[in-house]
Amino acid sequence: MKDLRIWGLKKSPWVYHVAAASCNNCDIEILELLTPRYDVERFGIVLVGSPRHADALLVTGVINRKSLPRVLEVYEQTPKPCLVIAVGTCACNCHIFRNSYNAVGPYDKHIPVHAYIPGCPPKPEAMIMGVVKALSKL
Amino acid sequence: MSTWLTGWRLVLGFVASTIFVPVVGLVLTWVDRLVSARVQWRKGPPFYQPFADILKLLLKQTVVPQGAARTVFLFAPLVGIAGMSIVAMIIFYSNFNIIVNQQSSFVGDIIVLLYLFALVPLAFIIGASASRNPVAAVGASREMTLYLGYELPFLLALLVPIVKVAQKWGVASALRIGGIVAFQQEFGPILYSVSGVIAGIIILFTIQAKLGYVPFDIPEAEQEIMSGVLVEYSGAPLAAFRITRAMIFVLLPLFLITILWGGIRDWWAVLKFLLIVVLIVLMKNTNPRLTIHQALKFFWFILTPLGIVGLILAFIGL
Repeated sequence: MKDLRIWGLKKSPWVYHVAAASCNNCDIEILELLTPRYDVERFGIVLVGSPRHADALLVTGVINRKSLPRVLEVYEQTPKPCLVIAVGTCACNCHIFRNSYNAVGPYDKHIPVHAYIPGCPPKPEAMIMGVVKALSKL
Repeated sequence: MSTWLTGWRLVLGFVASTIFVPVVGLVLTWVDRLVSARVQWRKGPPFYQPFADILKLLLKQTVVPQGAARTVFLFAPLVGIAGMSIVAMIIFYSNFNIIVNQQSSFVGDIIVLLYLFALVPLAFIIGASASRNPVAAVGASREMTLYLGYELPFLLALLVPIVKVAQKWGVASALRIGGIVAFQQEFGPILYSVSGVIAGIIILFTIQAKLGYVPFDIPEAEQEIMSGVLVEYSGAPLAAFRITRAMIFVLLPLFLITILWGGIRDWWAVLKFLLIVVLIVLMKNTNPRLTIHQALKFFWFILTPLGIVGLILAFIGL
């Protein structure tokens, strides 16, 4: 049963894009990742519109005091098991904003993160590699 | 009722059609995604992709939103699946029975079928309304409007074969699917006439709307209302809705073949079926989404007059 569940999750990870106060650069790269050029539907990856349908959350940006409750709410609304993939250096370790009065720390301080994809912004190839690593860790 | 398909044979037929139709439907979902991928110059997902999706959803956690009507919310997906299973049974029954002993099912089964097909939008509307989500409510109201839009031309198009059969054989056999299939067996498919072509075009557009495919995917517009009616569904109920969609994807083209294109009699029916499916997928891939008032205008002010013209032509005998 557990094997079946993991197989299903590996073969059809639906992603939901959580843009929490990023500079939009990572978001644009995520959109590029989902274009026909990279064709991630080969691996069953589909962008969904609701966190209820999602198996993986692609989180971007520095969390600040305003966006933290929203991010936590989206994470709680996602049915488990779900992966969290931090896209971009900001999401991994706050990047140049780490000393900002408003930044409340990287994502793994608040929710479990399964993969870190550094880069400002990371290339779509790097994101595919990150997702593959997160899935193979299951 | 015939004597051949009763008792355990009937039960077996029901079980077979309830298993067979979703499996074929999921494979067709893959065909849909593959054709879409090829249109966009991509490789597309592997054949087991829809099955992996369903398996994953079935084994995932189901979230019931706070404040939702829990029973109705979880019960709504089953309404659609149950309705589609009965539709599958009636369609296969009336086609198959004629081959075996030249008899058909009960009088008025075409009317029953019309109401059973309405169970799918009903299930979506009930489920979305029970979920207590404003976006789902918008989706539900659009689904309702769309249903009011496409049901009128659909009815007019259904009247074309009924009128044609009733002119020769009387109303009693015209109101049975079996009677319509037997009529086409004797006089050739209804589609090969002017009114038949009109009815075929109208039913093709209504199929697109009933499936919720792109020119008419207004109730679950992913970019504007975040998959609308399905927004709160997760896990097994979402899988049930996807299976319902897969079943209706098989049953509507089969219904079109049954009442207009000679019935499911031989292997040509498979080819006709695939042709209709590819046509639907290509229509889905080459059109932008309409807004709800454009869709309503299209159905009421373009297809409905067309349907009336078709009906008049059928009365004349063309």
